[in-house]
Amino acid sequence: MIEAICTIDRIVPICATVDDVLPIIGILVGFQVLVLRRSIPNLAQVLLGFVLVLLGLAFFIEGLERALFPLGKLMAEQLTAPEFLGLDASGTAPPAADWHTYLWVYLFAFAIGFATTIAEPSLIAVAIKANEVSAGAVAIWGLRIAVAIGVAIGITLGAYRIISGTPLHYYIITGYVFVVIQTVFAPKSIVALAYDSGGVTTSTVTVPLVAALGLGLSSSIPGRNPLLDGFGLIAFASLFPMITVMGYAQLSTWYAGRRSRRLSPPSED
Amino acid sequence: MLLRQGLGSLFDSLRDLAPIVGVVAFFQLAVLGQPIPNLADLLIGTLMVVIGLTLFVQGLKLGLFPIGEAMAWDFARKGSLMWLLAFAFALGFGTTVAEPALIAVAEEAAAVAAEGELIEDTEAARKDYANGLRYTVALSVGLALVIGVLRILRGWPIQYLIIGGYIGVVVMTALAPREIIGIAYDSGGVTTSTITVPLVTALGVGLASSIEGRNPLTDGFGLIAFASLTPMMFVMGYGILL
Repeated sequence: MIEAICTIDRIVPICATVDDVLPIIGILVGFQVLVLRRSIPNLAQVLLGFVLVLLGLAFFIEGLERALFPLGKLMAEQLTAPEFLGLDASGTAPPAADWHTYLWVYLFAFAIGFATTIAEPSLIAVAIKANEVSAGAVAIWGLRIAVAIGVAIGITLGAYRIISGTPLHYYIITGYVFVVIQTVFAPKSIVALAYDSGGVTTSTVTVPLVAALGLGLSSSIPGRNPLLDGFGLIAFASLFPMITVMGYAQLSTWYAGRRSRRLSPPSED
Repeated sequence: MLLRQGLGSLFDSLRDLAPIVGVVAFFQLAVLGQPIPNLADLLIGTLMVVIGLTLFVQGLKLGLFPIGEAMAWDFARKGSLMWLLAFAFALGFGTTVAEPALIAVAEEAAAVAAEGELIEDTEAARKDYANGLRYTVALSVGLALVIGVLRILRGWPIQYLIIGGYIGVVVMTALAPREIIGIAYDSGGVTTSTITVPLVTALGVGLASSIEGRNPLTDGFGLIAFASLTPMMFVMGYGILL
């Protein structure tokens, strides 16, 4: 039995995932048994669910580390290498406004931000729940695409910031002002979900690839320090989905309003 | 029936993954003009990711969502505010302190602090700094869930709390040492892991639906938003104090 588990563990590191999940299970069981003192409804089903989540995450992470992470990281390094960007050894970088030099970097930032967010398991979870709770008013794919576009814009702008060397907090604070203004005009029902979508976007899939991009960029551009300038992409990726999700809600209310006006007979006034 | 459902969700996962595979293949072949190394490894790995995502989504619906909502209902029925808040804190603290992404970020932050001469550049000093940071962030996530749960119970509108948080972040940014700002801003995004998010979402939605007068959509969501905001302030606070 133990031997069998060890063999599986060598292929898919289940034990590492168990370590990550153990504190959560401990807290759940502790409060359920000691405080609530109730039996869990459908215990067998819930246990099966936990086993599936554990197995699923173990496979998911192992697969990513085996296939997509090495290639994606290598790609981020190659696209940001001085030779690829055509930077000369004299130590002066073309200005960030010279977008020709950095075209592929920006395109990669946008594409990888979008693609990793579509595959992000926690965003799938939140989209399923939001769809269920809103009785279908929030479409699963509508939300996921809105968030993914937000992350894509965020990472691209974050790459621009590293290249141009401008301070991070100017961008983030401007973004906050934007979020606050949008909150006033967005439909009230979407606000909490939009705020949440900032935090859920950046986890298992996005963080490692985006970190590689930031590190690569800040080590190739002369005058940037990877330790100081390599950070900040995650912050961009958590900010912009709020703006795009509220924008998505505003667009769909506007569209629904226009349609209903067109369908209903013109009023007398 | 079950087989068809299984195949259907496998297909969903394939579709979720297609954009990444497409982006990586396009940049590798068309832009960098290089062949794909270890094609077999790539295919096996992608297959594992597809299987993993399928199992995860099934487990979510069978396990994580039901338990989160069931516990929310049970706490509401028990009617003890103290225990509910204790649970919220424990969940936030306990899931964050062991989060691998956070441990990685804390170590990088210690390296930055040593480089910026905020702390001594020794193994022990860096380790102390990283651990301190980890517990600070975990504490802030625990606190975030406590505030978030109180907000659901009382029905406070979320925007005032979040805007207040933004003002806090802006003020702290002006005071914090420059070196820590990037890490602080990033720490908001990395704290919420793949297992915490569904669990916390289910808890919020469950609480909002078990209390009369609360709407699960407007009131139930928002816990994650708090959990991504407080770490920014606490990490900058940590940088100011040390």
